[in-house]
Amino acid sequence: MSGDMTQTTIRTEKINKEFGGVPVLKDIDISIGGQEILGIIGENGAGKSTLMKILSGIYQPTSGKVFIGGTQVRIESPIDARNLGISLVPQEFNLIKDLPVYNNVFLGAELRNRYGLLDKEAMKARTKELLAQLNVDIDPEARIDSLSAAGKQMVEICKALAFESRFLIMDEPTTMLTKYEIEILFSLVRSLKAKGITVVYISHKLKEVKALCDRVVVLRDGAVVHDGPTAGINTMEMAQKMVGRELGSIFPPKSQPEEKVVFEARGVTVPGVVQDISFSLRKGEILGLAGLVGAGRTEVAETVLGLRSKSSGEFLRNGKVVELAEPADAVASGISYLSEDRQGSGIVTGFSVLKNVTLVSLAGYCRGFFRLIEEKRERDKVQGYVDSFRIKTDSLDKRLENLSGGNQQKVSLAKSMDSDPEVLIADEPTRGVDVSAKHEIYLFLADLVKKGISCVFISSELEEIIGMCNRVAVMRDGRIVGLLEGAGITEENIMFYATGVHEEAAS
Amino acid sequence: MSEAKAAKPGRKIDLEKYGSLIALGALFILASVIGWPYFLQLENLVNVMRQSSYTGIIALGMTFVIISGGIDLSVGAVAAFSASCGVLFMNLLVRATQGNEILAIAGGIGVMILVGFAAGAINGLLITMGKIVPFIVTLGTMSIFRYLSLQMANAGEFASHSQQYGTFGMAKLFEVNLGIGKFSLPLPVAVLLVGAMVLSFLLNNTRYGRYLCAVGSNSRVAQYSAVRVGHVRFWAYAINGAVVGISAALLAARFNTVSTPNFGLGFEMDAISAVIIGGTAMVGGRGSIWGTVVGVFMLQIIQNMLNMAGLSPYIQGVVKGVVIIGSVYIQRQRQS
Repeated sequence: MSGDMTQTTIRTEKINKEFGGVPVLKDIDISIGGQEILGIIGENGAGKSTLMKILSGIYQPTSGKVFIGGTQVRIESPIDARNLGISLVPQEFNLIKDLPVYNNVFLGAELRNRYGLLDKEAMKARTKELLAQLNVDIDPEARIDSLSAAGKQMVEICKALAFESRFLIMDEPTTMLTKYEIEILFSLVRSLKAKGITVVYISHKLKEVKALCDRVVVLRDGAVVHDGPTAGINTMEMAQKMVGRELGSIFPPKSQPEEKVVFEARGVTVPGVVQDISFSLRKGEILGLAGLVGAGRTEVAETVLGLRSKSSGEFLRNGKVVELAEPADAVASGISYLSEDRQGSGIVTGFSVLKNVTLVSLAGYCRGFFRLIEEKRERDKVQGYVDSFRIKTDSLDKRLENLSGGNQQKVSLAKSMDSDPEVLIADEPTRGVDVSAKHEIYLFLADLVKKGISCVFISSELEEIIGMCNRVAVMRDGRIVGLLEGAGITEENIMFYATGVHEEAAS
Repeated sequence: MSEAKAAKPGRKIDLEKYGSLIALGALFILASVIGWPYFLQLENLVNVMRQSSYTGIIALGMTFVIISGGIDLSVGAVAAFSASCGVLFMNLLVRATQGNEILAIAGGIGVMILVGFAAGAINGLLITMGKIVPFIVTLGTMSIFRYLSLQMANAGEFASHSQQYGTFGMAKLFEVNLGIGKFSLPLPVAVLLVGAMVLSFLLNNTRYGRYLCAVGSNSRVAQYSAVRVGHVRFWAYAINGAVVGISAALLAARFNTVSTPNFGLGFEMDAISAVIIGGTAMVGGRGSIWGTVVGVFMLQIIQNMLNMAGLSPYIQGVVKGVVIIGSVYIQRQRQS
């Protein structure tokens, strides 16, 4: 066992990991190394992130061994991992938003001069060098705050590469990126591979894995169920291996909305945020809101909720003008919002499943002068959601921080539905959830509109916009620049409007 | 002990819930040994409870404020200010009614609670409408209300002109003969226990209580969930202010006078300490009223015990500090 390949190979032997007696990883044997991009796929809770956290020193395995280049190693902290050449680019950015880029890149390993003081110039120079290698145009002195999601991602990668990494693990790197930014990331990953770095690419997006990776490992319920070259497997087969059963068409058939307009925006403007937004939503319709990240889609939703104050324009519910000055007004007029930023504004992670689901609708469970909560009724109702949404939790009193991302999202969805809305604004409802949870959410939305509820569907994934929506409004720079319908809803048309190419073509 | 029995066999006792109660039990046994036999005498125990009740009542309101994610440093100063206003009004009434002391006392206490409430409301408004962080606002009002009181009294005392107010301050309830001695519940202790029941109920069984935790845990999520975050926070400070007024009324009656430089001095620290020892998270979002009551008693028992051991009050202060840090350290370990 010698030679260059084994020198730079991570091999795991019978890795097991339990959390509170529940096995999360079972006898994982994989090897990672050489010039390759390895895709690791699996549903939420399949153990992908746990495995990577073990390799990067954040978790310790319950049993099993890790070898690097044939020698057994113990990775007891992220610093150990770094010294072994393993870096992790986490799903949630680990950046300090008030500090400049170069400080973030060297956070925890600052360069110092001979007096023991920070050597800012050296750090700036090194950061500049790294950014140049990645071919990105970011000022090392820019504050993290001022960067786009893609920019932050690049800084995370920079941070990982600053320490001579041989293994770069990327956990769901494209969740926050637009299609264009994804292209840039892909060429970056390929150039890293060309430099001899092994990239481990964890993703839900099978198309990306198919396009980018050389080899794919599929995890299901904590075990490896497939390990082979990407060339020998198509995305459908990948999906089937992930869920362990045959998948039907992922999108349910579209239903025909009624003529009646239930919600309308007329010329709504929030200075500097959204300009002259007009759209109408019919009963039982799914209206897509497409556009690149930063086009102002979420801001439209926030304006409807009254979280941003508009300078002109009005909202109409069933033809009547409604004043939506705060979220309580929106709830009162039957409008509900499913947040894109699950942990930031969607759910209280320190609250139990029960308390989260009824947070918006709590008034409905209260009676008497003291607004006493009727606990029995509350519990029964929430248990109903847990059953029908198949939320995996052992108790209604379990805190959400102990649930997987997909289950958190289902709780968030249940929370939006419990106020019995007639209009649901679903903002990136499938972000960060796996194929089967996605499928369940699609079915749920389709079922909802069949019942006469209307939905504004905000998404960055064109596939689901196309698969789900009756009509699509495309936004760019805070404006609605195009409205697509029926057969006109195509990837080309959406991108055409979203990127502003149509204006150039016209001029 | 009953909690331990109530837990199903083979299952671990819920440490998070009963941890502070177990610590109180252990401390009680320790104090009994060190202070043998005086600590266990009824008179002493009743005294311990009475001494802890004044800051204890304030700590109840402080629990709400801390759960909301805030802090109130002004409680001691507000206590002094509301007591001063109340005693002045009471004396006015004594003269006006020509000795109808019951009316005067009721009026005086009413003013104290109202002034406390108003002061809390001012804190709440500055924090929610003025968007100034609670630490700064209450640091400011702490200074304002303390020095207003000093100015009014020319740094002296306001003596009450009502004899019966003093009697009210020493009032005892439920006198029973236990054979080993007469037991009776001092009024402030009764107020503490009833107040804890009311606020605990409010926290755990009403919409407001749920919203309070949500706001403290993640105010952005609460806002997006149609919770009127400003209202919820405002009421935490207003309720706390009223609670401070109640405590001030009891404490002023105890001495039948208000000494403006000393009245309520350092109460904020004692109240915050009790809340922290009781297991309420300083970052907000979750907490327990009964935990705070346990925290209050623990602090007082420690002081009483060290007194009996003959330690100087200075060393007592040192021990108190160690206990505060130690208890939070233990709670941290339990969580991870």
